[in-house]
Amino acid sequence: MKKRKKGFPILYIVLCFLFFYVPILVMMVFSFNSSRSLTRFEGFSLHWYEQLLADSEIMGAVSVSVSIAALATIISTVLGTLTAIGLSKTRRVLKEWLLNVNNLPIMNPDIVTAIGLMILFSSMKFDKGYMTMLLSHVLFCTPYVITSVYPKVRQFDDSLANAAMDLGASPFQTLIKVIVPCIKPGIFAGMLLAFTMSFDDFVVSYFVTGNGVQNISIIVYNMTKRTNPTINALSTIVIVVILVALLIGNVVPMLANKKKNGRLKEEER
Amino acid sequence: MRHFKSLIRPYLVWSFLLIIIPLLLIVLYSVTTGGNSLLNIQFTLDNFKKIADPIYRQVFLRSLKIGLITTLICLLLGYTLAYVISGFRERTQTTLILFVTIPMWINTLLRTYAWISLLSDNGVINSFLNRLGIGRMSIMYTDFAVILGMVCDLLPFMVIPIHTALAKMDKSLIEASYDLGANRRQTFWKVTFKLSIPGVINGLTMVFLLSISTFVIPKLLGGGQYVLIGNLIEKQFISVGDWNFGSAISLILAVAILIMIWATKKIDTSEGGER
Repeated sequence: MKKRKKGFPILYIVLCFLFFYVPILVMMVFSFNSSRSLTRFEGFSLHWYEQLLADSEIMGAVSVSVSIAALATIISTVLGTLTAIGLSKTRRVLKEWLLNVNNLPIMNPDIVTAIGLMILFSSMKFDKGYMTMLLSHVLFCTPYVITSVYPKVRQFDDSLANAAMDLGASPFQTLIKVIVPCIKPGIFAGMLLAFTMSFDDFVVSYFVTGNGVQNISIIVYNMTKRTNPTINALSTIVIVVILVALLIGNVVPMLANKKKNGRLKEEER
Repeated sequence: MRHFKSLIRPYLVWSFLLIIIPLLLIVLYSVTTGGNSLLNIQFTLDNFKKIADPIYRQVFLRSLKIGLITTLICLLLGYTLAYVISGFRERTQTTLILFVTIPMWINTLLRTYAWISLLSDNGVINSFLNRLGIGRMSIMYTDFAVILGMVCDLLPFMVIPIHTALAKMDKSLIEASYDLGANRRQTFWKVTFKLSIPGVINGLTMVFLLSISTFVIPKLLGGGQYVLIGNLIEKQFISVGDWNFGSAISLILAVAILIMIWATKKIDTSEGGER
């Protein structure tokens, strides 16, 4: 292949990355501004973060976001993993059907999923609030867990499970001690996806809650009209949480791999 | 392993209750009147007829226009970025692609909100222009601002599939093309671009679909008066209260999108079959 010149590519990539990241960085920087201005940086301060802590409405939203994300992650990981395991043993017709249905919330625009749930809850006379938000989050997280666990389940060697049961393990023991450890990478990836999707969600939450229950995104949305650094601070926190989750999700498996590889090499010697 | 077959039962029930039934309810609402009281519903096609009303037709046309422009810009910028990235060593490529994907994890709302403080009349860009002596420009609440926000939000969805297509391409084909006397341009259009078409189609569908269904970007950067399909749906459900009309619009949107995804998959598999 002819050698390409590297000058233009590097410049172009830098410009694109600036386009992606400058707005976010500017927003983060101004959350540390000591004055109210969103254009002139007048000195570092944590004033707006203190403001956040003092605002009970915002702190309420933070606890809703965190607890919903935690619960939705746990429930959808368990539900999705069990389903993925069962799916590999299901008849083909039923399996294809379920996988297609499972894809609907992934492919449908958020807003369609959201209003479908909104109509459902109101026609069942469910009070819109915390429970409806949790159910909805589990709904849109589970498909992602299934799609990330299912390929691992298909790679899993059935004879291992059969061997465990022949040796006297109950199905439950087999599930916990044999199958789950083998498909752990898929479960972990699904969990990470579920957590970030839930913590980050705006559209679905916006339509399915009410009665004063808000998550962080809804607060940000309702406050965007009067831009003020408190929202910047709140958004910064969300972004940092997501980035940390990503980091944990990507770095921990990498380190674990390195350890394993290192150990293998030791053994070779 | 047969014991584990029954593990899908909870999800079977769950997906029926929370995936299938809501979609059926949207269909039901779209062909009836009477709003939320299911006792006095009447079947009608008026909700769909209403869409032909010039006011609403305009919303649809505008959404299509904005969606197409956004998709086209994303194609130009995104293809270039994917192509440029694919010219680096493999390890560098992985890092660069990681930086393209990170913004996808942060939700549209926050990323769009971030643009407001840059674009607003006394925002960062305007105060910079002012200092240069160019004077202020009104950027917020224009088509330009909305398209800018959409391109920034959706560009990664174009870059990733195209890069995947370019990365798995057999590089010796390009060398072969040069050896056989083709110049750079011929090689690009007849070999590289042709082989990356599946990625391009995937990217085009993703970006277009997301751009016509968003309601956050037009609301934040276009202002309250700026109405695209997503905003129209939001209005029907949140402020106007005409759930039947809102369902009809959503149904059209969902059906159009599912057909497009299905068609893309068809093209994808037939392309794959040829090789």
